[in-house]
Amino acid sequence: MTEIATRDAYGKKLATLGEIYPEIVVLDADLSGSTKTEFFAKKFPQRFFNMGVAEQDLMGTAAGLAACGKTVFVSTFAIFATGRAWEPFRQSIAYPHLNVKICASHAGLSVGEDGASHQTVEDIAIIRAIPFVKVLVPSDGIETEQMVEFLAKDSGPCYLRLSRAKAPLVHEASYQFQIGRGHILKEGSTVCLFTAGFITSQVLAAALELSNQGVSTTVVNMSSIKPLDSKLVVAMAEKHQYLFSIEEHSIIGGLGSAIAETLVSSYPKKLVRLGINDEFGQSGSYQAVIDHYGLSTRGILESLKKELKL
Amino acid sequence: MKKRSVAELEDLACELRILILKMVHHAQCGHTGGPLSCIDMLTALYFYEMNHDPENPHWENRDRFVLSAGHTAPALYACLIKAGYIPKDEMWGLRKLGSKLQGHPKLNVDWGIEMSTGSLGQGMSISNGMAMAARLDGKSYRVYSLESDGGAQEGMMWEGAMSAGYRHLDNRVALLDYNGIQIDGFVKDIKDVAPLDKKFEAFNWHTLVIDGHDMSAIVAALDEARLVKGKPTAIICKTIMGKGVSIFENKPKYHGVAPTDDEFKIAMQELGDQ
Repeated sequence: MTEIATRDAYGKKLATLGEIYPEIVVLDADLSGSTKTEFFAKKFPQRFFNMGVAEQDLMGTAAGLAACGKTVFVSTFAIFATGRAWEPFRQSIAYPHLNVKICASHAGLSVGEDGASHQTVEDIAIIRAIPFVKVLVPSDGIETEQMVEFLAKDSGPCYLRLSRAKAPLVHEASYQFQIGRGHILKEGSTVCLFTAGFITSQVLAAALELSNQGVSTTVVNMSSIKPLDSKLVVAMAEKHQYLFSIEEHSIIGGLGSAIAETLVSSYPKKLVRLGINDEFGQSGSYQAVIDHYGLSTRGILESLKKELKL
Repeated sequence: MKKRSVAELEDLACELRILILKMVHHAQCGHTGGPLSCIDMLTALYFYEMNHDPENPHWENRDRFVLSAGHTAPALYACLIKAGYIPKDEMWGLRKLGSKLQGHPKLNVDWGIEMSTGSLGQGMSISNGMAMAARLDGKSYRVYSLESDGGAQEGMMWEGAMSAGYRHLDNRVALLDYNGIQIDGFVKDIKDVAPLDKKFEAFNWHTLVIDGHDMSAIVAALDEARLVKGKPTAIICKTIMGKGVSIFENKPKYHGVAPTDDEFKIAMQELGDQ
């Protein structure tokens, strides 16, 4: 199975789209080698702006370019894009509803060894709260490419959450991303696992193991976290006895919270939220870190079995 | 729009001061001091300097103006009403529910409002982005912003100032309303921003310091900025908060309150409103 980091898929697709959409400009804050906007920069140097280590200026400048008709892709590490620059993004991009796409990499724990200062476990929560901002978390390279293509055509602010880590493909080449729609990756009948992002492949592996042990398990890729596929959430809640959300994010405010919000108002049912349990990350290899927080296949399986009393 | 003479601009600025005070007095909240300190600059921009067409607000090659000091919105609205972007009756909606004249500007190109602002220090970068778009598209429009001394305490303003200087954005002019007062008192007592001219020079800006109420000086500075190549221009305008009404002038109290009925009467008398 081909493994590709979503940041790589983003960078390559963006460079391709640059040919089709002359109005695309790309901004980075001294991390173009890491966010992979370097591919676009090499191909279209006139349309690439490295703003240096200045994330607020990055957002403000993006707003000005968008106000003058540009389709602006902005990249840096997720922690700085959503943390340091949250308020300029909220005030100058989201509020005037400008056409700026924040495509931030090294999200979640994927920056591994750098530790908690560079990891991002709160970004979905704080961006999702801003009115009219789309929040997308691709699960593999195929989905990333489709989301970037969607964003090039779409108008308005968006947050695309990218990972540094290489992940196996979980979608077929024929997969078609649709905004506001979840996608069933594995269909079962007793347990439903909602997930998104890099760990989707780990969740799938855990689901397969659970099914092998006689528990029929569904896996739903909820990569469109905002807008959320509420209909699918309710349909899954009706069909399954047990519901879980699994995410590489704090259990406060992320995918699990978004699903819980839908359930509590439309189909009250217990949802077990697996993720980072209200704590900061720490240094270590990415695999060691997600193992530690129970988000590798083994950890996910252990949590599921504990809840299911297996 | 037709370029007005200095004498016409001075008359216009007085008329716009009256408009500002009528709006803020009617709203019974908002900022009195700032709009009066920056209105001479804005009058010069909208009725002398900028290429714009109220009949065609979306004209691609129009000059852009960003009110970084978003709390002085009544001054911007007064100019846009006078220029014909905003229907005059809308002035009574300022800060009221359902009005497009929000307490701080909200992007509305139909009405000539080029950007949402209000959180200080952000307009510098936004204006740079607009100037970069002009350059990228080979267009001749210029981008102006109104900064403030309080806003100069924001780190983001200097991130933007560094970018404009580094990028040699000579289609970019920042006017800075240096009235020396912020909400909690005098700027020099809270966190002095001086010397502003040396700071901008160090960031590779062509820098001018003028009397921000001297219309001839404002016009001359804007003319000079047009001739500058390879650098953005900062025009630091020394002003008096509340300028034009003796009871408001240089009094921190009037930064963020509306005039009472009695104060409004005095103001109208001093400004010669019949």
